[in-house]
Amino acid sequence: MLCQACQKNPATVHLTHIINYEQSVQHLCEQCAREKGEFDFGASPPFSIQNLLTGLMNMEAPLKEQLVYQDKLQCEGCGLTYAQFGQIGRFGCSECYTVFSNRLLPLMRRIHGSAQHVGKIPARAGGVVRLRRSIDELRRQLKELVSREEFEEAAVIRDKIRSLEEGGEKGDA
Amino acid sequence: MPNDDKGMRCGSSKWMEGKGPDGEIVLSSRVRLARNIMGMPFPYLASDSQTETINKQVEQVSINLADELGDIKFLRMNNVSPLHRQVLVEKHLISPLLVKEPHNSAVILRNDQAVSVMVNEEDHLRIQCLLPGLQLEEAFAEANRWDDLFEKELDYAYDEQWGFLTVCPTNVGTGLRASVMVHLPALTLTKQINRVLSAIAQVGLAVRGLYGEGSEIIGNLVQISNQVTLGQSENEIIRNLYGVTRQIVEQESSARQVLLNEGRDRLSDRVNRAFGVLTHARLMSSQEALQLLSDVRLGIDSGLIGDVSGNVLKELMVLLRPACLQMEAGRELDGMERDRERACLIRKSLGPK
Ligand SMILES: [Zn+2]
Ligand SMILES: [Zn+2]
Repeated sequence: MLCQACQKNPATVHLTHIINYEQSVQHLCEQCAREKGEFDFGASPPFSIQNLLTGLMNMEAPLKEQLVYQDKLQCEGCGLTYAQFGQIGRFGCSECYTVFSNRLLPLMRRIHGSAQHVGKIPARAGGVVRLRRSIDELRRQLKELVSREEFEEAAVIRDKIRSLEEGGEKGDA
Repeated sequence: MPNDDKGMRCGSSKWMEGKGPDGEIVLSSRVRLARNIMGMPFPYLASDSQTETINKQVEQVSINLADELGDIKFLRMNNVSPLHRQVLVEKHLISPLLVKEPHNSAVILRNDQAVSVMVNEEDHLRIQCLLPGLQLEEAFAEANRWDDLFEKELDYAYDEQWGFLTVCPTNVGTGLRASVMVHLPALTLTKQINRVLSAIAQVGLAVRGLYGEGSEIIGNLVQISNQVTLGQSENEIIRNLYGVTRQIVEQESSARQVLLNEGRDRLSDRVNRAFGVLTHARLMSSQEALQLLSDVRLGIDSGLIGDVSGNVLKELMVLLRPACLQMEAGRELDGMERDRERACLIRKSLGPK
């Protein structure tokens, strides 16, 4: 889809205008969207301290105009867009986590106060994770042994790391 | 009423029987694990054929694992009558959501009803273990064992950073929700309940009354559960909830002691009046019943009412709910008939043997 304003660049920003509860969507390129946004804000300032205060004191006052920036970030696995995720608060499939991963940090920190799983590592699905963690642990041991100049032991550890990196399971035994 | 419900009884679940540790105050402990299958759209977005694929896959797994899972049944919701579904909800074995959208959803139910697995609920799988008393570690151990078994056969959606991937971001990580149901009549009577509940909320746990909304907690029953699922290990979550629950048990116990020491006659009068109403009333709403049963249970726990099993509150609070009443009666009942049947059931359970 081409930008509706310049008809040159691909439309990557979808602007939703809500005016008196009527919704219309414009498909624009990033550059045009920025210009349009500035223009709109300049022409009829929808946001000011005054508006904010009235807004706070009278929640009934209808929003004259609200600009909602949507972008085209979309999960290929299930078709859910990031904007839809924001609206319904649910992921559509496990792929969504990968596609939206950059934006999940602040969200997860707000919900859980953390953005790192520290619990169970399942045997099969977590196999790679388990492997990587045990290699990390062995590397740490190797470094320590080398610094203490215990080279014989270090060689054993080094071989273990190698076999883990090559064959995965083999070294576990 | 459909034929398959004729002659069926509500029966009892493991959590409703026995008392369990700290069972005077902690009625039950529940643990559930949310799990999803990799590369499959989550149930609310999945097509009929996709949810059916999941259903078949899980049914096959339950057959493969028959030896380890014990005596189980795989129930497809489309094959379960609406009344029977509602009974399962009232016994806390499945969620209302599973009933609302029964298409292609299912439940695996262990014979003792201590473990159940919902299929195609919010997440593809929800493994639940429900035990009497304060048995969070035991409930987690059993749910975790089932989880390990299922993981052998199913490709779980799991990520190094986010842990177990769930539909809702509030469940991601461990996918673990642990909860206890506690009976707190003395904290209510001594007007300490709000202070205690807000203290619980401040340590990051969720608190809610069992039925109904608003400020009044019906039957003095409160459910406490963890909110955080990411950034804490399963053991931390379980231990934290266990610790807080133990503190609540102690506060409720000492409040009961205060009531007994300082107002024994008043307390005895209150609980025995409740007993009198329950053993003689001819019509009883569920709300009134829960309130009076709370008093009676407090009377039994405090030794002010004898000759009645302490489990009566737990059993009756399920058996006197609408679907269970109708299942027992063997026919549909309107509101007035339910109130009559409820009063009758209570008289039978509490009355002279
Ligand atoms: Zn443009
Ligand atoms: Zn997706």
